[in-house]
Amino acid sequence: MNISPFFFYGFGGIAIACALLVILGKSPVSSAFSLVMVFFSFAGIYALLDAHLIAALQIFVYAGAIMVLFIFVIMLLNADVPTFDLGRTHLGIRIVAGSISLATLLIFIWAFKETPLTAPVAQFTPENIEAAGGNTQVVSELMFSEYLLPFELTSVLLLAAIIGAVAIAKRKLAAGRS
Amino acid sequence: MNVEPWVVLSFCAIIFFIGFTGVLIRRNILVILMSIELMLNAVNLTFVTFSRQLQHMGGQMSVFFVITVAAAESAVGLGLVIAMFRTLRSVDTDQIQFLKE
Repeated sequence: MNISPFFFYGFGGIAIACALLVILGKSPVSSAFSLVMVFFSFAGIYALLDAHLIAALQIFVYAGAIMVLFIFVIMLLNADVPTFDLGRTHLGIRIVAGSISLATLLIFIWAFKETPLTAPVAQFTPENIEAAGGNTQVVSELMFSEYLLPFELTSVLLLAAIIGAVAIAKRKLAAGRS
Repeated sequence: MNVEPWVVLSFCAIIFFIGFTGVLIRRNILVILMSIELMLNAVNLTFVTFSRQLQHMGGQMSVFFVITVAAAESAVGLGLVIAMFRTLRSVDTDQIQFLKE
């Protein structure tokens, strides 16, 4: 794929380092801020892959909304005590988890490397997308034509999630009233 | 000067399994939720890579829906964390042991 190796390996290195910091960090707040760096690196890689709308959504939704939720809950619960929960996990579980992950990862890398590249199945070449008005316009037109039904179902899902989140978080209040 | 697709896909797999390991070895429920977000992001990047490789926009549409589901999931998940903290005064999954008693 015709993308700049310098930026790909730069963003990729930052993402892997920060992802390791997320799972090995002592305090939840440092994990959360490492996660923000991972999200920004991913946005950079999306932009390298010409997925400009996804890159913008990544920053708005993940680095914006979801991280605010995480930080807000950490602050609300006052849960930022450095936990040594990593050390409390049984050593055998840690070794088994690490080796299973590593083995499966190697199988995945081997499969990705050995599988021959499939021919393109559609005609969204960079030139065609450029001629049709850019990535955002092409994705938006698809969203409101071919993918209209899933798009509308998404709004039902979001409504259900809003009601569910309020019902779960306010459970005590509802119980007190009845 | 370009990057082979399998390198990008392997990068996604590395991030996915970092998240997977995080879910298995951590005991703090907030960090477990963050690891799930890592895994979802890795899958999103795989979708975008295949979308670019196959010149098909279905991958990027799927990413749009995965991002929506991830937002809904983290809202409900953090609501559950708050409910758990109310009951147990802790965000440690080791404290969930009512069935033991």
